[in-house]
Amino acid sequence: MTDLALRPAPASAPPTSAFAIRTNALTKRFGDVAVVDQLDLEVPTGSVFGFLGPNGSGKTTTIRMLLGLIAPSAGTVELLGRPIPQAAREVLPAVGALVEGPACYPWLTGRQNLERMDAVGPERDRSTRHARVDEALERVGLSAAASKKYRAYSLGMRQRLGLAVALLRPRRLLILDEPTNGMDPQGTREIRHLIRELAADGTTVFLSSHLLAEIEQVCTHVAVMNLGRLLTQGSLAAMQQNSTPRLRIDTPDLRLAADTLATIGLEPITGPSTVSADVMRAEPHELCRMLVDAGVRVNGFAVERPSLEDMFVALTGEGFDVAR
Amino acid sequence: MLRAELLHLFRRRRIHALLGVLAALPVVIVFVLKFAGGPGNGEGPTFLNQVTNNGVFAALAALTITLPVFLPLAVSIVAGDAIAGEATQGTLRYLLARPTGRTRLLVAKAVAVVVFCFVATLAVAVAGLVVGSILFPVGRVVTLSGDTLSLWSGILRIVGAAGVVSLSLLGLAAIGLFASTLTDVAIGAMAGTLGVLILSGVLDAIPQLSAIHPWMFTHGWLSFGDLLRTHVTWTAIGKNLALQAGYVLVFATAAWARFTTKDVLA
Repeated sequence: MTDLALRPAPASAPPTSAFAIRTNALTKRFGDVAVVDQLDLEVPTGSVFGFLGPNGSGKTTTIRMLLGLIAPSAGTVELLGRPIPQAAREVLPAVGALVEGPACYPWLTGRQNLERMDAVGPERDRSTRHARVDEALERVGLSAAASKKYRAYSLGMRQRLGLAVALLRPRRLLILDEPTNGMDPQGTREIRHLIRELAADGTTVFLSSHLLAEIEQVCTHVAVMNLGRLLTQGSLAAMQQNSTPRLRIDTPDLRLAADTLATIGLEPITGPSTVSADVMRAEPHELCRMLVDAGVRVNGFAVERPSLEDMFVALTGEGFDVAR
Repeated sequence: MLRAELLHLFRRRRIHALLGVLAALPVVIVFVLKFAGGPGNGEGPTFLNQVTNNGVFAALAALTITLPVFLPLAVSIVAGDAIAGEATQGTLRYLLARPTGRTRLLVAKAVAVVVFCFVATLAVAVAGLVVGSILFPVGRVVTLSGDTLSLWSGILRIVGAAGVVSLSLLGLAAIGLFASTLTDVAIGAMAGTLGVLILSGVLDAIPQLSAIHPWMFTHGWLSFGDLLRTHVTWTAIGKNLALQAGYVLVFATAAWARFTTKDVLA
């Protein structure tokens, strides 16, 4: 999961700006509620950026402001180094987007939908439209269903068509809101593969999702939002580096193990068959020898970095109810 | 973009159905006149009793009958759907993110609605002309003034009448387009436009309100009949078209102001 963070920056498409997306004190108020509050987002060019947050945290509102669909109450947005919405006409052709699920014309076929979307964009060569549409359909694995009406598509197929719309032209930035929503496991894998492929070509991918395992697998960077505010952002590797690893011992000698760990200042927690503790700076192999020397019988010994899900819950709280 | 928008509109089955129904109305009227007997002398709306003598009048009769309700109904549906329909489907956000400039999209939609006004009126007139000519004798055209015109100059007058009817619908079309930018619910925009149409008709029928009658956009709709006088009188037609232009100016500007500043949340 962290190997992606170490991948060298792509050589193609020299970045014109260090940040593909940058917002400064971005705020959107609906009535009295600041749905997005003083957001300073920095998405490095070439990154696969996971944008996380519970339902209602302001992710989609942020994405709509990035695309110029709604006007900020305060603050600024820069896409590919140019201000939005002022420079939308120059910048957006290089930005593909999937916002709040796919939306197409139900009475048109998949192919006709793509042709329509290709036709309304900035002027493009009509004679090569067919080839562009074919390529986009191929890329999302929808060629076989191209002549079916959108009405008859399943949720996963609709999601694929939405992605095909985003991929109709070469993009430098993709903004994908929940791209794997409603997809079967194969579809999810393919999308993950597609995102990696695009990223390898130098496309910056900004990805919002609630599937944390998903994010953990493809992203190099993450940001977490809650109640309209940015809680944290940075590279996934650094975030995991900074977190405290946790020791877990599987043992029948619960009491003895806990006492032994306590002698060196750790704070062990005893479970039904395990003892665990944040290990701070202690070396795992030293701990192991100490436990064995003390006569603790060890069935299992593991030092774990917290998963993204653990970090996410730690940041946004355990509550299940929608915050607002 | 314009070409794409027109293709997109006229490829819809809903539009085919609307045009089909509009074209079927004159056919029904003509068949009723042929097989159930025409109205007695002095009865029925203008032009209807002339159809049995000259089939080409079926086009004018059809325009007269469809103008108060059916044509504006079709225009309300198409104009109300223009922006709100895209919002309802959610395609509006993708159109704008292509990017398609908001002004550009609105202009394309407006042109498509105007073209529809002409096509719809033409569908009515042509259907009337064809069916009327098949079922009834065709000959020189007797004007409202009592003189006769050659068949071809008569048909030319009828085409002119269809043009004036199309232009008469533009005020309503502009209102529909504005309504379409106000809401994300297409059916609401359509119903709102129809509501305004009915209101205009009702106010125009209340004698106590005669002061405002000249300002109702439905007031001069039947003025196209003046084209069928031997010497065409342009006063009423000119007044009507000027009023339509005024409505278009006001509501198209309002639609633009609204659409270019609104938050697209659909």
